Amino acid sequence: MSEHCIVIGASHAAAQLVSSLRQEGWEGKISIVGDEPYLPYHRPPLSKAFFVGEKTEEDLLIRSADFYTKNKVDLLLGSRVTRIDRDAKKIILEDDVEVPYTKLVLTTGARVRKIPFVGSELAGVFYMRDLNDVKQTHKFTGPGKSAVIIGGGYIGLETAASLRKIGMNVTVIEAMSRVLQRVTAPEVSAFYTRIHTEEGVDIRTEAGVDAITGEQHVEGVRLADGSTIPADLVIIGVGVLPNVELAETAGLTVDNGIVVDEFATTNDSDIFAAGDCSNHYNPIYKRQLRLESVQNATDQAKIAAKAICGKPEVYRALPWFWSDQYDLKLQIAGLSQGFDQVVIRGDSEQGRSFAAFYFSEGNLIAVDAINRPKEFMMCKRALTAGQSADPLKLADESIEIKDAFN
Amino acid sequence: MPLIIYKSHDGNTQEVHAETGTSIMQAAVDNGIDGILGECGGCCSCATCHCYIDPAWVSKVSPADSTETDMLDCVLEPQETSRLSCQVIITDEMDGIIIAMPESQY
Ligand SMILES: Cc1cc2nc3c(=O)[nH]c(=O)nc-3n(C[C@H](O)[C@H](O)[C@H](O)COP(=O)(O)OP(=O)(O)OC[C@H]3O[C@@H](n4cnc5c(N)ncnc54)[C@H](O)[C@@H]3O)c2cc1C
Ligand code: FES
Repeated sequence: MSEHCIVIGASHAAAQLVSSLRQEGWEGKISIVGDEPYLPYHRPPLSKAFFVGEKTEEDLLIRSADFYTKNKVDLLLGSRVTRIDRDAKKIILEDDVEVPYTKLVLTTGARVRKIPFVGSELAGVFYMRDLNDVKQTHKFTGPGKSAVIIGGGYIGLETAASLRKIGMNVTVIEAMSRVLQRVTAPEVSAFYTRIHTEEGVDIRTEAGVDAITGEQHVEGVRLADGSTIPADLVIIGVGVLPNVELAETAGLTVDNGIVVDEFATTNDSDIFAAGDCSNHYNPIYKRQLRLESVQNATDQAKIAAKAICGKPEVYRALPWFWSDQYDLKLQIAGLSQGFDQVVIRGDSEQGRSFAAFYFSEGNLIAVDAINRPKEFMMCKRALTAGQSADPLKLADESIEIKDAFN
Repeated sequence: MPLIIYKSHDGNTQEVHAETGTSIMQAAVDNGIDGILGECGGCCSCATCHCYIDPAWVSKVSPADSTETDMLDCVLEPQETSRLSCQVIITDEMDGIIIAMPESQY
């Protein structure tokens, strides 16, 4: 049979994968099967520039439609894969159509974690993951209207900033004692709380949701303390779950994501996985990771393409991430989990620009850089090269950032 | 549609006709030119779209803002005509522009 590489899921990882496959010399057939009815699009602007109308649907496309035609990539969009038959080497679609493969890549990503709040089925209640979700929220937005966001993570806070930009009253409800608790140092959480408060967002921490209220349309969110916050729009952003069911039923190893080796290969040597759905070993941090970032989707897809083309290369990339809120450009290099020391460069208590450097046992492990592109870039380079920095010099703004790295 | 000539670090060139109004990064990504990555999609957050504008063409290109300048200050192998290609929007005047790419974006 002639070679056919099928990619399941049509998003960041898939868009990179097919491009890399052609670059690495794959001459066989390539198909992408995706259940969303769109060409692979950039997800990050959904809560940012697209949400406020600064980007159009067309601007969201990762690659133009032309790209897929030129590279002979068949797109089967709006179509869901229901099963993988590894013995017969074929995938089975929703309508029972069977398609044979010689190589298979799972870029099935993640889906939102749903919490069965009373009232979560009311009109005006949304999760934030897909273009379809966001397009529908537009019916419920408008100056002077009220929105409640459940969950104070990056996506929740970005959405809060976007809603303020279009003149809505915004409340953020966070169950933990501070926003971004799982991902940043207290100094950074305090900074974002201050900025959002200054921008007019009401942030409630240690607040539990009792129910979403309303008849047909959402009218409010009732908290555990009995108070109700009026709402025309509720957005729930409490994390995601990897889409692993397809892999699991096919007998692939799954453990908080589809487990792959350093070549993005699963326990079936003809099946690969990349992006949000994968669980892999990171040699820089020396541990298993399941990341949710464009960087990981793109970089791991390249590794999978190389392996498929018989040019295996070890996946060794530094995780990085960004988040835009108001005029604040946050750039994160590395992973801060497990830090035992934080060094602040700049004024996080009054200003709008600083960097928080994270250390573990004296070694630099990550930076959160807010309106500090140089700090981000230097730290990203140093971490990639396995270098550290001098905490005292980092904290001292009279010393050039470049001179703080050794 | 202006002609953009992408030159890889080992001297290979690829010619692409691109729409005016799109960026040098987007035109590269749409045409599978792998010397430019564009991971952040053009929001000036990643610097994986670093390129060198051919000196003869610099005057046709609008200048970098402060965020871009700060990022460029810290890229690998910066040169005088370094730019983040997502911030360079293609105009009719750029017909024939030569864009050189670094060996690596990391
Ligand atoms: C609002 C928002 C803002 C974000 N902001 C940032 C940011 O600023 N920076 C950043 O780095 N990351 C950000 N992210 C995360 C980033 O978008 C993800 O990490 C990225 O999309 C992962 O890409 P992926 O290709 O692995 O999977 P996904 O983008 O999750 O795509 C997987 C696709 O596969 C489809 N699929 C799943 N199962 C099947 C099946 N059985 N058959 C067919 N299709 C299937 C899914 O429907 C989906 O379309 C953001 C995410 C969201 C939602
Ligand atoms: S694409 Fe990210 S900075 Fe240009």
